[in-house]
Amino acid sequence: MLFLLILLLSLIAQLFLPWWSLAVVCFLIAAWKARHGGHAFLAGFGAIALLWLGAALFWHFASEGILTERVAAMMTASSTILLFVATVALGGLVGGLSAMSGFYVRRALG
Amino acid sequence: MKWLKAALATVLTLLIIYALNRTFGIVPALGPFLSPYEGFWRNGEQVGDFESEELTLHGLQQPVQVRLDSLRIPHVFAQNDHDLYFAQGYLTAKDRLWQMEFMTHAAAGRLSEVVGDMALEMDRYQRRMGMLESAKASLKKLQANPKSRLAMDAYSAGVNAYISQLSPADYQVEYKLLHYKPEPWSPLKISLLLKMLAMDMTGYSDDLRMTNVLRKYGPEVIKDLFPDYPFREEPIIPEGIKPDFTPLPVPPTPADFMAQALSHALERQKPENLGSNNWAVAGTKTANGYPLLASDPHLGLSLPSIWHAIQLHAPGVNTFGVTIPGAPGVGIGFNEHIAWGMTNVGADVLDWYEITFKDSTFQQYRHNDQWKPVRLVVEEIKVKGGGTVVDTVLYTHHGPIAYLPNETAFRSRNTPVGHALRWTGHDTQNELLALYEINRSQNFPEFRKAITHWAAPAFNFVYADSSNIAIVSNGLFPLKWTGQGKFLLNGANPTHDWQGWVPMDQVPAVLNPDRGFVSSANQTPVSPKDYPYYLGSSFAGYERSARINQRLTSMTQATPDSFRLLQTDTYSFVPKNVLPTLLQLIDQASLTAEQKRVYQTLASWNYHYDANKIAPSVFEEWWQNFAQAVWSDEFPADQFKAPARDRLVQMILQEPTARWFDDVTTPIKETMADLANATFRAVADSAASGEEKEWEWGHAKNSNIRHLAQLPGFGQKLYSGGSANSINALNGSHGPAWRMVVQMGPTVKAWGVYPGGQSGNPGSPFYDNQLEDWQKGNLHQLLFLRSAEDRPEQTGVVWKLKGK
Repeated sequence: MLFLLILLLSLIAQLFLPWWSLAVVCFLIAAWKARHGGHAFLAGFGAIALLWLGAALFWHFASEGILTERVAAMMTASSTILLFVATVALGGLVGGLSAMSGFYVRRALG
Repeated sequence: MKWLKAALATVLTLLIIYALNRTFGIVPALGPFLSPYEGFWRNGEQVGDFESEELTLHGLQQPVQVRLDSLRIPHVFAQNDHDLYFAQGYLTAKDRLWQMEFMTHAAAGRLSEVVGDMALEMDRYQRRMGMLESAKASLKKLQANPKSRLAMDAYSAGVNAYISQLSPADYQVEYKLLHYKPEPWSPLKISLLLKMLAMDMTGYSDDLRMTNVLRKYGPEVIKDLFPDYPFREEPIIPEGIKPDFTPLPVPPTPADFMAQALSHALERQKPENLGSNNWAVAGTKTANGYPLLASDPHLGLSLPSIWHAIQLHAPGVNTFGVTIPGAPGVGIGFNEHIAWGMTNVGADVLDWYEITFKDSTFQQYRHNDQWKPVRLVVEEIKVKGGGTVVDTVLYTHHGPIAYLPNETAFRSRNTPVGHALRWTGHDTQNELLALYEINRSQNFPEFRKAITHWAAPAFNFVYADSSNIAIVSNGLFPLKWTGQGKFLLNGANPTHDWQGWVPMDQVPAVLNPDRGFVSSANQTPVSPKDYPYYLGSSFAGYERSARINQRLTSMTQATPDSFRLLQTDTYSFVPKNVLPTLLQLIDQASLTAEQKRVYQTLASWNYHYDANKIAPSVFEEWWQNFAQAVWSDEFPADQFKAPARDRLVQMILQEPTARWFDDVTTPIKETMADLANATFRAVADSAASGEEKEWEWGHAKNSNIRHLAQLPGFGQKLYSGGSANSINALNGSHGPAWRMVVQMGPTVKAWGVYPGGQSGNPGSPFYDNQLEDWQKGNLHQLLFLRSAEDRPEQTGVVWKLKGK
C-alpha cells in the first residue's frame, strides 16, 4: 500500500514539479502509512527506483540511446549500464531516506 | 532518542538533496541532471520526432510557412521582413539556443557566471580587450538604421518566443549539465557575436614579439628576416593590375621609436592555420557557360557546428546559406542572382600603444605634449557560486589599456606603464546592414555598395552572378605609413595615431580579370607595386593560393564536381618546395637500414597529405623539428617571433650558408646540412620504432572536433587527409567549417556540407549527421526553393506559424 501510494503520487508530482518533490511525497506518505523505519526506506527506495528506471528506459529507447552513450562517455562511465545504475540508485536513495525521515518524524511527534 | 533519530534522518536527507541540487566545480547537479523526469534523459531525439504542425507564436504579424528538408534545413516563407527574421530567430533558437547564449557569454566575458571561477581570467581578458564596451557602442550604430534595427528586434523577439515556451525539462542538455537557465535574448547579444567574429579573425598581433626582435637584432636583421612582402607570393589581385583611383596621401613615416623592454603581454599570436579559401571562375571556363563559385571558410571546428543553414524567403528576398547562430540574415550563401563567400584578410588592424602616465594615480596620460584624462570603466564579473569580481579598465583615446606589466602591481596601483589597444573591432559600422543588403543584392554594384557597411573583420568577399566574377578585400583598413604597427607604437606621439581610413571604394578589388578566375586563401591581397596603401606584412603563406591558382588556371569545362574535388585537394607546396633540397643534404651512406626506409618513404612521396600515408607525418615532424633547430636558439618562442616559413624556404634554397643555421648555444659551428641530418635521424628513428598505424597521417595529426564547452563524449575524432597548407586545410581541430559550391545561371544550383548538423542537441541524430559526408568530401545538393509551393515532395515536414 505504502509502496503503491508513493509510486503513484510521486509520479504525478514529478511530472509537474522539480525532481526533489519526490522527497516531499515520500516523507508525507511514509509519515502517514509506514509501519517502521525499514518499511519506509524500502518502500521509498523501491518505488522511486522503479519510477526512475522505468522512465530512464522509456526515454533511452524512445531516442535510440544516442545521448545515453554520450553522457556515459562524458562521465567516464565504461558503459551505459552504469549510468542506469547510478540513476536508479540515486533516485532510490533519496526516496528511501526521505520516506524513512517521514516515518521517524511522525514517531517522534507521537 | 526518538527526536534524535528523526532529526538525524531529516538533516541527512536534506543535506543529500541540497548537495544533489547544486554543482561542485565540474560535477553537475546530479539530482536534476539524472532525474529521468527533467534531466538529460529527456533530451534524446529521433528522426521521427519531427512532424508537421501548427504553432502559435505571440508577435508574428502574418502567417509564416516553414518547410524542413531531409537535412532538416528550414526554408522560411514569410510575408514581410519582420516575420522573416522573427521566424529565423525562433528556428535558430530551437536548434541552437545554448550555443548562441554560450558564445555571447564568452564574448561578453560572462562565462564565470555559468562555469564558475575557472573562467575568471578568460572573462577578465575579454573585458580588458573592451569587448563588452565596444559591443554596446556598436549596438547604437546598428539600431540607428531602421532595417538593421527591425532585423535585430524581430530576431530577438523570435528567440524569446522560443525561450518562453520552455519548461526546465525542455532545456538543452548543456543547461542541465551546468545547472542554469537561458536568459532573454537581446540585440546587444547580436552585437557581441559580431565582435566575437572580429576577435576570432583579427584579435591577435605580433607587435610585442617583433619589438623584442628589433631590440635584440636591430633594423637590418628585421629587414632581412621579416620583409614586408614575401619571397614567394601570388597576391589576390593579380600582379600588374594598377589602381584606377586617386589615392589619399599616406601619412609620413615618423622618426624611429623603440618601445621599452617588456617580457610578456596579453598578446594572442596569430594561429598559422586560421585560413579559408574561396574562388570563382568565369563562364568561359565552365561546362555550362555560367560562372561557378566556391567558398570554404576555415575555423576552429566544434559541435554544435559553428554554422546553421537556412533559406529565407519574403517579398524582396530569397536567400540561402549559412548563418552565425544568434545573428539575423545569411552570412555565406547565394540568392537567385548572386553568390558570395568570405575569407579572412588578416591585415594589421590591431596595434599596441605604449602609454606614459603623469603619476601613480593613473588619471592622466601623455599625448601630443598634453596630459589627457583616462576614462575609467568598471567591469563587474559575476562568478557562479561566488561573489562579483570588480575590475577597472582604463581607456585612452587609443582604446583600453589591456595590459599592465605586472598584474599584482596593477592591483596595488603602482605600475608606471601600460599599453593601450587600438583595434578596428572597436570602430563601429553596421555589419548587419551589410548582410541585409547582400542577401538582397542582384548585381555587382549593389553588392559592392552593401559591403561598404562591413567594417570588421575585413574579409576577401568573392562574388559571382550569371555573367561576372569579382573579389574585394573589404573592411576598415587604417591609413598607415608602411610598417606602422609592425612594432609597439608610441602612445604619446600623435603622428603614431591612426590617421584615417582607406576609402571603401579604394580597397583591393578586381572584377572579371583576364585570367578568367578570382581566388583567395588569406595571402597578401595585393602587391605593394600595384597598391598605394600598407595593409600589413604578415599574411598567410602563398602555398594554398598557389595550388588553387595552379588548378584553376588549367581548368576548362569546370563543373560543380571539379570544385568539390578541388576543395578536398590535399596537395601542399611546402614539401614540394623544400623536401628535394633537404633530402639531398642527407648523408645516405651513414643511415641505418630503418632510417633508409624512412628516407625512401619521403623520396617517393607525391606531396599529397592523404590520411593513409606515412610520408606526410614524417615530413611534418621533420620540418617542424628542423625549423625549431634553426630558429629556437636565436628566437625563443616565448619572447620572440621567429621568421615566417617563407623566409626559411628562401634561406634553404638560396642562402644555405646563412648565419642563422648555426646553433649559437654550442661552441662548434653547425651548418644547414648538420641540422638537416640530425633532425632527420631523430624523426626517422622515432618513426621506425613507432606503430605504423600511429604514423598514418590521418591518425598522427590527431584531428578532432570537440564540443564547444570541451565536454568529453560530445565530440568526435576525425580521420581525414589535408594539412594547414593544403586546400583541404584540416589540421588539429581547425578546418573547413562549411564547403559550398554554387553554379550560377538562370536557375542557381548549390551544394554544401558542414562538419556537424542542424541540431545543437547531442541527443539528436541531426547533431552530427553531415560529419561523415564532410570527412569523405561529399557535398549535399541544397534545396533552393523558388516559392512556398515549389517542389512540395522535397520537404516532408511543414510548420505553419501564426501570430496570436
